[in-house]
Amino acid sequence: MDNESHMSEHQEETPASSPQVEAAKTVWAIVREKFADAVSPLDENPSMPFFEVLDTDAWLDIALFLRDNPKLRFNYMACLSGMDYPDEGKLGIVCNLESLGEHGHTIAVKVKCARDGGVIPSVARVWKTAEWHEREAYDMYGMTFGSHPDMRRILCPEDWEGFPLRKDYQVQESYHGIRVPY
Amino acid sequence: MGLLDARITKHNALVTSVDNVMNWARLSSLWPMGFGLACCAIEMMATNASNYDLERFGIFPRASPRQSDLMIVAGTVTMKMAERVVRLYEQMPEPRYVLSMGSCSNCGGPYWHHGYHVLKGVDRVIPVDVYVPGCPPRPEALIGGLMKIQELIRMEQIGISRADALKKLEEKSADPRPLIEVARQGVKAS
Repeated sequence: MDNESHMSEHQEETPASSPQVEAAKTVWAIVREKFADAVSPLDENPSMPFFEVLDTDAWLDIALFLRDNPKLRFNYMACLSGMDYPDEGKLGIVCNLESLGEHGHTIAVKVKCARDGGVIPSVARVWKTAEWHEREAYDMYGMTFGSHPDMRRILCPEDWEGFPLRKDYQVQESYHGIRVPY
Repeated sequence: MGLLDARITKHNALVTSVDNVMNWARLSSLWPMGFGLACCAIEMMATNASNYDLERFGIFPRASPRQSDLMIVAGTVTMKMAERVVRLYEQMPEPRYVLSMGSCSNCGGPYWHHGYHVLKGVDRVIPVDVYVPGCPPRPEALIGGLMKIQELIRMEQIGISRADALKKLEEKSADPRPLIEVARQGVKAS
């Protein structure tokens, strides 16, 4: 009984956010200081703290800054996923970054572009991992990546119609004379 | 084209037991093409390996379609792969048999609706002789399917087509339900 009351007291004292979120706050503050309004406020999501790059054209500079700043050193891109936001008329990507073996902190960055003909700067030369991930995002959602070294489909056939992971995707009727739907 | 494939429409000559010998030779050395497409391939490999030992049936995977009698379509056929499957099938010498293994190659399986890139059944591109259901089928089920292919070969004769042989096989097939019932009773009794 005594022990339990002690524990609940202890819980009240601890900060609401986890060490991961605390580290992300520090990271975000450094980025914000440099890029000001080009980045959104930090979303202190406990499982994946993230900020959004509001000025899409600044994404490449922000990526280089995240990688090379001695206090940040995000040397590892764990994942780059595509997103579709039909209500906003936008497509986007979510990049999960980590400072592996250096600071150990993680953060996610979201970048959005127009749904039709949208272009996001490629970060394939910042993190080599991004090359194939960006090709996959293009393959599934249809946004292109500016100055990407090899902007082709990666999984679907090259003459496939449409982008399969868009929310309003309708599969084509036939492919090379073979019926596609069930 | 071999003797058995020659279309002899007028059944007024050639009655010998040579077709029995040829059928026996064929069904005792079914060589499948060694290729697998998804998790079914793992079961196919397990069937080939020592526990189930397909070599006792004379079944032995070959590395080239040109040396194969049988194509086991083991796994999910994507739209990209479908054209390659057709090309491999066309490279196989006749008589050739196709066994569709597992739900994916039978009908699209779990990808039947949202799998935009999956061919909804390999029979859309090549003719299939035997379908083995399951996701994936156990080695026993695959062996069952292979034995069905052997039965199909046994039905072949000089002068009848594959379609006729399949029809004969269907007519000759025993109803499995009484056998299953007997097996159930046996389990209960023990």
